[in-house]
Amino acid sequence: MVDVRTTPNNVTAALRDAGLTALISFALFLPLIGFETVSNIRNELVLTTRWVLLFSLVAIIAGGRLSYALVIDPWLKRRAMKPAKTEASPALAAIGKWFVPFAVGFTVVYPFIVLATAGTGGALKWVDNFGIQILIYVMLGWGLNIVVGLAGLLDLGYVAFYAVGAYSYALLAKEFGFSFWILLPLAGCLASFWGVLLGFPVLRLRGDYLAIVTLAFGEIIRIVIVNFVALTNGYAGIGTIPRPSFFGIPFNADDNGFAAVFGLPFTPIYRTIFLYYLILALAMLTCYVTVRLRRLPVGRAWEALREDEIACRSLGINTTNTKLTAFAMGAMFAGFAGSFFAARQGFISPESFTFLESATILSIVVLGGMGSQIGVAIAAVAMIGGTEIMRDLDFLKQVFGSGFDPTQYRMLIFGFGMVLIMIWRPRGLISTRAPSVFLKERKTISADLVGEGHG
Amino acid sequence: MDIFIQQLINGITLGSIYGLIAIGYTMVFGIIGMVNFAHGDVFMVSVFIALIALLILTSFLGVSSIALALLIVLLVAMAFTSLVNWVIERVAYRPLRGSFRLAPLISAIGMSIFLSNFVQVTQGPRNKSIPPIVRGEYILMDHGNYAVTLSLKQLIIWGVTAVLLACFWYLVAKTSLGRAQRACEQDQKMAALVGVDVDRTISTTFIIAAALAAVAGTLYLMYYGVVSFADGFIPGVKAFTAAVLGGIGSLPGAVIGGILIGLIETMWSAYFSIDYKDVAAFSVLAITLIFLPQGLFGRPDVEKV
Repeated sequence: MVDVRTTPNNVTAALRDAGLTALISFALFLPLIGFETVSNIRNELVLTTRWVLLFSLVAIIAGGRLSYALVIDPWLKRRAMKPAKTEASPALAAIGKWFVPFAVGFTVVYPFIVLATAGTGGALKWVDNFGIQILIYVMLGWGLNIVVGLAGLLDLGYVAFYAVGAYSYALLAKEFGFSFWILLPLAGCLASFWGVLLGFPVLRLRGDYLAIVTLAFGEIIRIVIVNFVALTNGYAGIGTIPRPSFFGIPFNADDNGFAAVFGLPFTPIYRTIFLYYLILALAMLTCYVTVRLRRLPVGRAWEALREDEIACRSLGINTTNTKLTAFAMGAMFAGFAGSFFAARQGFISPESFTFLESATILSIVVLGGMGSQIGVAIAAVAMIGGTEIMRDLDFLKQVFGSGFDPTQYRMLIFGFGMVLIMIWRPRGLISTRAPSVFLKERKTISADLVGEGHG
Repeated sequence: MDIFIQQLINGITLGSIYGLIAIGYTMVFGIIGMVNFAHGDVFMVSVFIALIALLILTSFLGVSSIALALLIVLLVAMAFTSLVNWVIERVAYRPLRGSFRLAPLISAIGMSIFLSNFVQVTQGPRNKSIPPIVRGEYILMDHGNYAVTLSLKQLIIWGVTAVLLACFWYLVAKTSLGRAQRACEQDQKMAALVGVDVDRTISTTFIIAAALAAVAGTLYLMYYGVVSFADGFIPGVKAFTAAVLGGIGSLPGAVIGGILIGLIETMWSAYFSIDYKDVAAFSVLAITLIFLPQGLFGRPDVEKV
């Protein structure tokens, strides 16, 4: 392929390149977009053609390539010629300083802001779909951050522990009628037990191999849940899981329900807001524990392990225990999140614990910049909030006609977004770290200098 | 005994398909040290390309000879899938070469999600099934109540796999392209210094991987006659298991690993439980990596400071 970047102003070269791009994209999309396999009335597969769609897509790609070569690339080059700013502007530094308190404050008052602007009916969706949903992923991201970001152990089966937490809560609450507050720590303990159990055999593995084995374990747990129908009810899932109560006061329309006790009119929003603060507290707990653990010997051992395992061993750090504690801590928070998830949904099935969930959580951690608490939170908001917003883009229906369903493009864009973000910032959004140990002055380390961890 | 022989035949057939996909994993891992997570989905895309090519041939062009149609479908699927994988490498992996270790893996996971959803959006979420293309079977043993059969489809799969593996082995072992690949596997910088075009060699590796996945895809379509957009993940993981079992980086290992995985899966389904057949394959993966990380034919990995 002609590399236009060497001759930015050469229009002929750009045109030739765009033509070549058009040709390649035409061939690329010809089978899958040019033709569609549909079943006819006799249930036979027949082909229909979509030439208009194919040619417009090719035209868009070629046009994009042409404008990139003629307009955007020279502009980027000119910008790169200018000397880069070495000093960060004071305004940016002030934003950085006040960002965390502001973000925490905002999450605390978020339900009331929504309630004030959208009313009780509209607020339900905003608190539930955006608030609670995002916070669950923030918590899972922070939990996985211990394993991946701090200890450098690449875990692709994290959702298994989430499933263990969810199923322990659902089964124990339904069978024995234990309350949420007893089962929350219990679910955490069970999940971390499984973390140690699955962590133990894979201690010797490193890097990508560890990732694949954890993926296999995650899938094994899911397949067992699907097939162990006597215990888990298989694909049908477990329904009518007891909901958590407000210190013994249930959220229902009865006389002893929450609304009646506090003399309020009954709406489902109270439970949603209660669940919102519950998951907020759990997420904050995860963050607090992680931040404190980083300063303890075990946290420092995790980070040392990520940087260099051999050096760690020569310094007398017990790598087995260090890895297992990381697995156990990460799994415990996943167990908490899982039991919260079961309590919030009231219904769980294996569909919620697929590999895609693990991949989502891992990409949140990597996108956020491994090891950075704020980065992980921002990444969770961006990825989960972004895909949630795509659920209700109804105005697109008016643009593309009523047959157009934006929800089906959600995962398509999600997948491609992962690729683009990796190309744009392979080190994640927040790629600097504050060291937990320092000599005389505290310097921030660029992530480029931080080792990758060999698992 | 009859059942055992029947399962042996079925297992080797399934294993040939896994082996062809596994070569893609093992080659890409060998040359750039990355688990190409999207490879299973490339395989799935190739099945769809083969399906569409077959429908074009039979309904638009009216090709009546089945052998000719299959040959054309195979070549078309190989060509288009190679193009797909070449573009994927250019877009999603090449910019990340030399970046930190997790970045290409995440990019590949993103690509895998993208590919399966792309097929779902463009071709619809339902299973696509076609009537059997190749009929005919040979009865090997018949003891009244149970007959061991070898179908023509299975013979074709064995034959195509064997021929393509021979061609491919020749390509890697005897040609200058194969030499360049092995040089890049050992040391990319050094290979570049002695005049090997590393970028081109890596692109070629992805093209070969995709072409073999497309062979597997065409055979899969002929054997099962049904495909859906979600059919990439499980065969992908199993083929990766095969590559690991055979010793990652080793080509004969990938094929033998594939056949072993195919046999384990069919035997497990026949004698124990069909519901847990995926558990058996995944357990093999975990057990191999824990107890025999270098695989059956791989070189042991020496840990250096």
